[in-house]
Amino acid sequence: MAAALTADFSKAFPGGTVVAAELRLETDTAPVTVLFGPSGSGKTTILRCLAGLERPEVGDIRFGDQMWFDAAVNICLPPQQRRIGYLFQEYALFPHRTVAQNVGFALRGTRPARQARIASLLGLLDLDGFAARYPRQLSGGQQQRVALARALATDPQLLLLDEPLSALDAPAREPLRRELRRVLSGCGIPTLLVTHDRVEALALGDRMLVIADGHIRQAGPVHEVFSRPADLAVARTVGVETVIPGRVIAQADGLLTVEVGTARVTACDPGGVEGDVFLCVRAEEVIIERGPLARMSARNHLNGRIVAMNPEGPLFRVTVDCGFPLAALITRPACEDLALAVGEAVTAVVKATSIHLIPRDDLVRRRAV
Amino acid sequence: MDWAAITLSVQLSTWTTLALLVIGMPIAHWLAFSSWRWKFLVEAVVALPLVLPPTVLGFYLLLALSLRSPLGQMYLKLTGATLPFTFQGLLIASIVYSLPFAVQPFTAAFAAVDRRLIEASWSLGVSRRATFFRVIVPLARHGLVTGMVLSFAHTLGEFGVVLMVGGNLPGITRTVSISIYDDVQALNYSTAAQTSLLLLVISFLVLAVTYALQRNLRTPWLLH
Repeated sequence: MAAALTADFSKAFPGGTVVAAELRLETDTAPVTVLFGPSGSGKTTILRCLAGLERPEVGDIRFGDQMWFDAAVNICLPPQQRRIGYLFQEYALFPHRTVAQNVGFALRGTRPARQARIASLLGLLDLDGFAARYPRQLSGGQQQRVALARALATDPQLLLLDEPLSALDAPAREPLRRELRRVLSGCGIPTLLVTHDRVEALALGDRMLVIADGHIRQAGPVHEVFSRPADLAVARTVGVETVIPGRVIAQADGLLTVEVGTARVTACDPGGVEGDVFLCVRAEEVIIERGPLARMSARNHLNGRIVAMNPEGPLFRVTVDCGFPLAALITRPACEDLALAVGEAVTAVVKATSIHLIPRDDLVRRRAV
Repeated sequence: MDWAAITLSVQLSTWTTLALLVIGMPIAHWLAFSSWRWKFLVEAVVALPLVLPPTVLGFYLLLALSLRSPLGQMYLKLTGATLPFTFQGLLIASIVYSLPFAVQPFTAAFAAVDRRLIEASWSLGVSRRATFFRVIVPLARHGLVTGMVLSFAHTLGEFGVVLMVGGNLPGITRTVSISIYDDVQALNYSTAAQTSLLLLVISFLVLAVTYALQRNLRTPWLLH
């Protein structure tokens, strides 16, 4: 039996809200799965049900061959028996205990063994020298790392992270996002991460589940879900844009050259981006050209053929295969003027500033100062 | 001054306070975290001694402790002794009488503990019992101290219940407040004044020391 977390349950709240989840997490490959959705869509409820902090009314939850919850036979393992690491949104550090006591809170074994484990976790999360501090004496980012160290301490078989970065202010988020990615891919523990932040989802997730109105609407690799939403509800939730994996191959004068599929594009360097990236382009910002090009300021002129045209209200979503599929939103009169049709050769024009890069590299990392 | 009465009152208050710590914590924990729909009935019962006249409470307690009641019978079988007009009987009565003074601060303190801290402990694999002693009790300790001090002070000054259940046996059930009453009845105003002053000083010192300790207990995590 393949190791996986499978869940199919629903929980009703007074007032008529129902949160339903049908999901499957492969746990032998240990990827990070992002549970993505707007605030109030039921993400945290799903996480709490998986942790055993809430009890669904119907359905079941299994982890590998362990039955965690089964409404039919009235089984509901308490959180203590699920061996999970849960990271709360506001971290929930014990205020009456120091950093070391927080991290070692649930550790068993001899005192030297516990201290060694605490020291190695503090080292892993860059918290050396903070062991004797109280949570109140730490910054938000440091608290987050302590909470993560505490969740990792007991060697959980599943990590559940509830909006791990949302309690931080924007400047602190970027370096911590990389740190989190490094720790998550390094520890090899299957992870379900809840977020409503698309950059967080793209930067941290391998796979993605989109939830809207209390139901999981789509599951798949992160960039696929972003590029090809299954229905309108998902499209509204994720915000439509082209998201394609690429690789930075050159850097000069604040500009990066990124290899995407068979094409090369130029993008602005947001700083510290190297190696693997996700390249994001909003369809509104792509221009379609035919015929000889005038001299333009836009850096990217991508030749390709139209592979799809889908009407969207007064607009057409035109997908061009220019070494990778790129979507453009074009008005109807513009389509008629240019006589656009599937199979026609066109040039897609994108400004370097319209290309957003999200770093995906785990190996090369830089400390933000 | 009636030193026997003073010693007796301090002993009674100490034992009552310790007993209420043991009995009060589970009741308070249940009251703080249960979602049972009829919980308010239990809350009302716990609070009854606040509003009942001590004589009414003492009357019922006397009935409950007497040999005609199951409790009195059980105690007789177990120990061969009776409860009314003994120190043990007085202790039971004091526990009931001061119950709300312990349980209400305990409950408020438990309920004020951030639910997520409790859940964080559970999800780390720490049992409910260990979570209670390692998370809830340390974070609720101000409320626990307050409840204990109130119980102690309240028991020290009780009069009506003591008179009903314990009577007025020197060295056994004559507490300090009854001793003062006796002195006044016998027109020993100077003795009554001395004992009263002592009681006043003791009560003030207990409260002052407690509040001072509470202030010093504020360790760094409580400072902003």
